[in-house]
Amino acid sequence: MATMIQAIRMALHVGESRLGVTDIFGEDVGAPLGGVFTGTQGLETTWNTPLDERGIVGTAIGLALAGRKPVAEIQFCDYAFNTIDLLKVAGNTYWSTGGDWNVPLVMMTPVGAGIRGSIYHSHSFDAQATRIPGWKIVMPSTPLDAYGLLLSAIQDPNPVMFLMPKALLRVKSKPGEDIPGAPDDDKRLAQMIDAPLGDRSAWKPEWPALEEMYIPIGKAKVAREGTGVTVLTYGRNVPMALAAAEELVAEGVDTEVVDLRSLHPYDWEAITASVRKTNRVLCVNEDTEITNFGEHLIRRISEELFYELHAPPKLLAGAHIPGIGLADNLEMASVPQMSTIKSAIAELAQHEP
Amino acid sequence: MLRSRLLEERLITMYKQGDGYFWIGGPGEEAFNVPLGLLADKGTGVDHDFLHLHYRSSGTLLALGADPVDSLRQMKNVASDPYSRGRNFAGHYSARKWNVVPVTSPIEIQYSIAIGTARAQRAGTGAKGISIVQGGDAGTAEGDFATSLVWSSRKGAELPLLLIVTNNRYGISTPYAGQHGYDQISERGKAFGMPTAVVDGNDVEASWAALTKALHYVRTEKKPYLLEAMVSRLRGHSSASGANLAKEEVDCLERFQKTLEDRKILTRSAMDQLRDEVTTELAEASKRIRGEAPPTPESIHDYVFADKNYVGGEV
Repeated sequence: MATMIQAIRMALHVGESRLGVTDIFGEDVGAPLGGVFTGTQGLETTWNTPLDERGIVGTAIGLALAGRKPVAEIQFCDYAFNTIDLLKVAGNTYWSTGGDWNVPLVMMTPVGAGIRGSIYHSHSFDAQATRIPGWKIVMPSTPLDAYGLLLSAIQDPNPVMFLMPKALLRVKSKPGEDIPGAPDDDKRLAQMIDAPLGDRSAWKPEWPALEEMYIPIGKAKVAREGTGVTVLTYGRNVPMALAAAEELVAEGVDTEVVDLRSLHPYDWEAITASVRKTNRVLCVNEDTEITNFGEHLIRRISEELFYELHAPPKLLAGAHIPGIGLADNLEMASVPQMSTIKSAIAELAQHEP
Repeated sequence: MLRSRLLEERLITMYKQGDGYFWIGGPGEEAFNVPLGLLADKGTGVDHDFLHLHYRSSGTLLALGADPVDSLRQMKNVASDPYSRGRNFAGHYSARKWNVVPVTSPIEIQYSIAIGTARAQRAGTGAKGISIVQGGDAGTAEGDFATSLVWSSRKGAELPLLLIVTNNRYGISTPYAGQHGYDQISERGKAFGMPTAVVDGNDVEASWAALTKALHYVRTEKKPYLLEAMVSRLRGHSSASGANLAKEEVDCLERFQKTLEDRKILTRSAMDQLRDEVTTELAEASKRIRGEAPPTPESIHDYVFADKNYVGGEV
């Protein structure tokens, strides 16, 4: 049972050893730290950059143009905002040159709340990211999805943003969702691939014989089947929605949870099928609620599936406030929690047309 | 140089006649930009030079072998514009066959992107090419210029990057002294331990020599070099400021023609004849391309993704 951060590390290992990844870089990504969340420990092609996010994104673009296969990390998405014009360039280069140059790069960045990260380690990036055409945007909610989506991102000929839900990075995979080729025993896996504390200059990981497993970008997953209410969500809110759905069984509510996994392109077919089945839809994410990606989904659902709906579609998102405060009460009041998701589902289920 | 100048003049005429919406270009930089195009090792991939240019680089593109008619097509924003298919302003070149990285309107970002191509060519990679990045003096106020100085000069991780600043002493309407407290941009390179030089970019022979020296250093040492070329801005910033002739500026083409005449390499009448020929050729081409098709409305969705065109989020 791997954690999501171990799954990411193993995907990067497969990337650099078999899929042509040449450069895995960012702040503290290389030795000795191997990433502030340990995502890049023990890898061969890592290197540390100056603390300069614009340089990181610019370098990733240049490496991609030069035919290398870069995976760049912005340490927290909170620090990616000064790179937005470069992210736009990565996204528009293929289009603006009429197909002359494509930019195959992967940008990974931890997003979201849940670790009491205060104002600048709690930002979401999905609303910003989906405002930048030309990028594919993915966000896993399980270690296996993280592994399969990252391998697909590495193989993609376009810029792909890999949003890492930081609150889930240390959550272990569920039974039956093991990384193919990794040992089932999590202690054994940790001994093999986690760097020791203290001096690690002589340490080398012992990589398991990993198998490649690709999750197609653009394909959602029905994380829980149900017939009463559809929850469209991704990342950190997926396990919360699943827990809420289980609690609601006692109240007679049968919830379907759709884990979008890809925000662009998103799986309209899966969304349509679920909404046609349940006729009630709740979008959940942590980004601030005004000009939110869930609003786009609700707009399209309202336009194209209006007569399928038995209740007004609902968005549960982060409060439209300038930041997420540090104190428990502040963070929890700022973004959806299991309890607020549960209430929102129950309310939708009870709505009488 | 002459062809480049006449191309820019034709583009301005096209703009003024309503055959384009905006002009920006490099008249006044030919004595530096043409040698740059001739001295660069053109080709595809890391064994050739990557060129991160800006919107005043027509002289470099023509020296590389670009067809001036393609620049007219971009001005006219027709579908046959090979640089952007009618999507971008004049002077916004892209030529993957020669490692010419797309020119962008946001100034200076090419200095951050150039780090990436230079990194792919650094010592130990075996790559034979280097990266060359160019922008104006005003753009160096952006953080991307500092980014390129920091990243290219790290000890043991130096990058084979020729940083060029063409200094025309203006940022749109703001004079040099209005935004820089130092006499020369190249001074900034010294703090990073890289060799620097200032050259009279209106002198084609001096430019050739300075570029040759700088390129040789970057190719052999695989380390950065900062070269500042003092150039003229003969037609203002862009069409937004009228694109009228700035008579007080030194004209590098006139200066070079006088040299050629003085040294009896070319006669004035031969040069005038060439000017007439190219002028006529470009005027005729600009009329001809009026008949070329504009991009279709549906084409807005083309080239969003390099695999499949995901437009509305569908898979």
